[in-house]
Amino acid sequence: MRHIRANEITGSDGIRDYLAAQEKKSLLRFLTCGSVDDGKSTLIGRLLYDTKLIFDDQLAALERDSKKHGTDGSGIDFALLVDGLEAEREQGITIDVAYRFFATPKRKFIAADAPGHEQYTRNMATGASTADVAVVLIDARQGVLVQTRRHSIIASLLGIRHVVLAVNKIDLVGFDRKVFEQIASTYAAFASSLGFASITPIPMSARYGDNVTKRSDRMRWYCGPTLLDHLESIVVDAIPQSAPFRFPVQYVNRPNLDFRGFAGTIAAGSIGQGDEVVVAQSGKVSRIKRIVTHDGDLARAVEGQAVTVVLEDEVEVSRGNMLVAPMARPNVADQFAANIIWFDEHALLPGRSYILHTETGQAGATVTELKYRIDVNTFSHQAAKGLELNEVGVCNISTQAPIPFDAYGENRNTGSFILIDRMTNATVAAGMILHPLRRATNVHWQVLDIDRKSRAVLKGQKPAVLWFTGLSGSGKSTIANLLEKKLYDAGKHTYILDGDNVRHGLNRDLGFTEADRVENIRRVAEVARLMADAGLIVLVSFISPFRAERQMARELMEPGEFVEVFVDTPFEECAKRDPKGLYARALNGEIKNFTGVDSPYEAPQNADIHLKTAGHSPQDLVEVLEVRLRRGGYS
Amino acid sequence: MSVLLTHLQRLEAEAIHIFREVAANFANPVMLYSVGKDSSVLMHLAMKAFYPARPPFPFLHIDTTWKFREMIVFRDEMAAKLGFELLVHTNQDGVRRNINPFDHGSNNYTHIMKTVALREALDKYRFDAAFGGARRDEEKSRAKERIFSFRNAQHAWDPKHQRPEMWKIYNTRIASGESIRVFPLSNWTELDIWQYILQENIPIVPLYFAKQRPVVERDGMLILVDDDRLKLRQDEVIQNRMVRFRTLGCYPLTGAIDSDATSLEDIVGEMLTARTSERQGRLIDRDEAGSMEKKKREGYF
Repeated sequence: MRHIRANEITGSDGIRDYLAAQEKKSLLRFLTCGSVDDGKSTLIGRLLYDTKLIFDDQLAALERDSKKHGTDGSGIDFALLVDGLEAEREQGITIDVAYRFFATPKRKFIAADAPGHEQYTRNMATGASTADVAVVLIDARQGVLVQTRRHSIIASLLGIRHVVLAVNKIDLVGFDRKVFEQIASTYAAFASSLGFASITPIPMSARYGDNVTKRSDRMRWYCGPTLLDHLESIVVDAIPQSAPFRFPVQYVNRPNLDFRGFAGTIAAGSIGQGDEVVVAQSGKVSRIKRIVTHDGDLARAVEGQAVTVVLEDEVEVSRGNMLVAPMARPNVADQFAANIIWFDEHALLPGRSYILHTETGQAGATVTELKYRIDVNTFSHQAAKGLELNEVGVCNISTQAPIPFDAYGENRNTGSFILIDRMTNATVAAGMILHPLRRATNVHWQVLDIDRKSRAVLKGQKPAVLWFTGLSGSGKSTIANLLEKKLYDAGKHTYILDGDNVRHGLNRDLGFTEADRVENIRRVAEVARLMADAGLIVLVSFISPFRAERQMARELMEPGEFVEVFVDTPFEECAKRDPKGLYARALNGEIKNFTGVDSPYEAPQNADIHLKTAGHSPQDLVEVLEVRLRRGGYS
Repeated sequence: MSVLLTHLQRLEAEAIHIFREVAANFANPVMLYSVGKDSSVLMHLAMKAFYPARPPFPFLHIDTTWKFREMIVFRDEMAAKLGFELLVHTNQDGVRRNINPFDHGSNNYTHIMKTVALREALDKYRFDAAFGGARRDEEKSRAKERIFSFRNAQHAWDPKHQRPEMWKIYNTRIASGESIRVFPLSNWTELDIWQYILQENIPIVPLYFAKQRPVVERDGMLILVDDDRLKLRQDEVIQNRMVRFRTLGCYPLTGAIDSDATSLEDIVGEMLTARTSERQGRLIDRDEAGSMEKKKREGYF
């Protein structure tokens, strides 16, 4: 790096001082983009050349290359400094993004030189995803082109907040102020909807160096900064350190049985030893016991640091989990809306399954709805069946398991994802999450201190779900009602969930189709589970005709908590009793989907308790039940 | 409390993140250990990334049999000191055919003893990811390469069809036989490397420091007389000169520079005022235009 003159440094103290000063410099990552032949690579080459970053041997090679491949007539073609691929030099175009590094006394820079061709848009997006500033080049003779607009909208979607409008080749329009101002105002007008925090137009000639690093005396009408001045001084907004703590777990470090550390890079905020953290997915709470690094334990760690944390408690944490601040948690959802940039030759199709990859997490995902495609020329929203290569759009995405995330606008690290094709493994899309969908929103699993066991102990009983199944009129409600009285007399805390009663309230929106019956049982089973969790003995009296749903209910409960009671009354008997007059109407065809008539009843094959009602009074049957429950330790 | 990370801290964190991402996603990774300064930094970062555990992968050295002797000594010392698993691979077919840089030209020699040897080793151990110490500021085609750089089953790089690489989300999915080359030092500059070596006190091969050494001038380069395989040409005389190396490779192909830099500070001072790039001392990169890209497409690191 020749920009340092030898006389600035004396002795090894001088070197150390110099290096210490280097360390204090901030880093700016910027991107050059815009349409083909607007001079992006030439500009980067010019910046490297003017900041004295070209070594003698590289300059000699450049002069040779310029004669062989140069598109610049007899002079030095600065683009050849950056266009590093054979195909690029042969064709005189940029195919992929090049990363170049330079420093001035004020700042360090990583410049990403993006290709201008539409077909290489994904490479431009690659460069933009890590950039703070976009330098959008415009050929002064051409003005704002479609690619100018496309790159601007992609830069905006990717969260770049500052734009430099480099009106290049101004020498070819006679350094005309009017041309510059016309282009600047056209750009400002169309970019007003893109939400950039600043747009700084600069007239320049990258080829001759006007207003790149040196103020041009051929444009005395221009009073603003040179490009380098501006890049050296622009303030970019980083994630504030006060942002809520986010730690995506990357790797579980378990060298031996005594150490279990969670390695990752802090995506936002900071953390200290002793701080409380929550596992976003499970809601489990623990505290930071140690922040381990090779250089010793840290008391605190901040955004950007790669550390290994050890927790106080043995909580379940694996790769893809996120440790977060308890008071400001991320969304945990399996459905959300996102901006999408499509990278693949095969179009995005709603309904197709892709692999969704966040920084450390992975899940199967489908686009459930493509809301609209954004026309890059007019920014209008268009209805679309799919997204083609290089198109951008907004869609709803559903993942197989809930993932933790923030909105991309709040945090690039925790709000971004890529989609991967399952067959080809190609990276087919970049996604920026907008918000969770309402149906999946912000429901965090609360871990409570008083658990089911302590609640049951206080009640002096063993919680249970007694699930009475049987045909309509089989006697379920009668038996359940009698049993509850007995339990009540014995000082037990109980509740009856009755099919007819629940359908008056919670399930009033459900009918009797197969889908509705499934949902009917799902809801009741969930309610029964909550009541058992509260320590109650729950008596559920529902026809519940399908085995699958009864099995589902059983699996929802703790082992041994679910007791299936089959109230076995033959169809003829039920139809004869017909306490509500329903059988008569169903058999007349007045009621559709009636269990046992035109809707099936799948009798239990291995009920925990099988009550054959024929020939027995309800009182007798309840006594049988009581015996069985006592034997099971329930009463 | 406000703590701003320094530039080197950010680079270090990025590299550690990359190491862990590979360990979490690949079944059988390996680190290419070339024994040079970049490899030394890479190894240091690998130790940091998995502390208190050891790096969960072996280190592989492709030995062309023409490395500087001091490099081999240093390599074995480091392996013993840090206790990592060191694999050494040499293209035995090349050895039998006595492929050497003098008689076969640097291009043929490099292809057989480095590129082919590397492909052999990767196939032999069925590695699915291989770390390398390459930096984007080294060379124009490297400046274009992804951090996670996909290789097909023939180990070839296709520069025109690289996977997009967004943010810090790395697509690690590959089919059987394919692999990924991983470059944790992509965003480091030569200055960053030296500054980090200084800051972290990382051991490096003594050849980087100036010392009186026996050299001959050949093809505009100063070649170290490292052993008796170097046959002197007519008019060549061995001279003792105060020299050091900016990069290390195979001794017949790596030029020394005149230097008085005997400390790390001296080296950094010298580098800051250098008028030539570090690759200038490497014969193999100059043989033909685009030679690095060509080698990489053939499977070179």
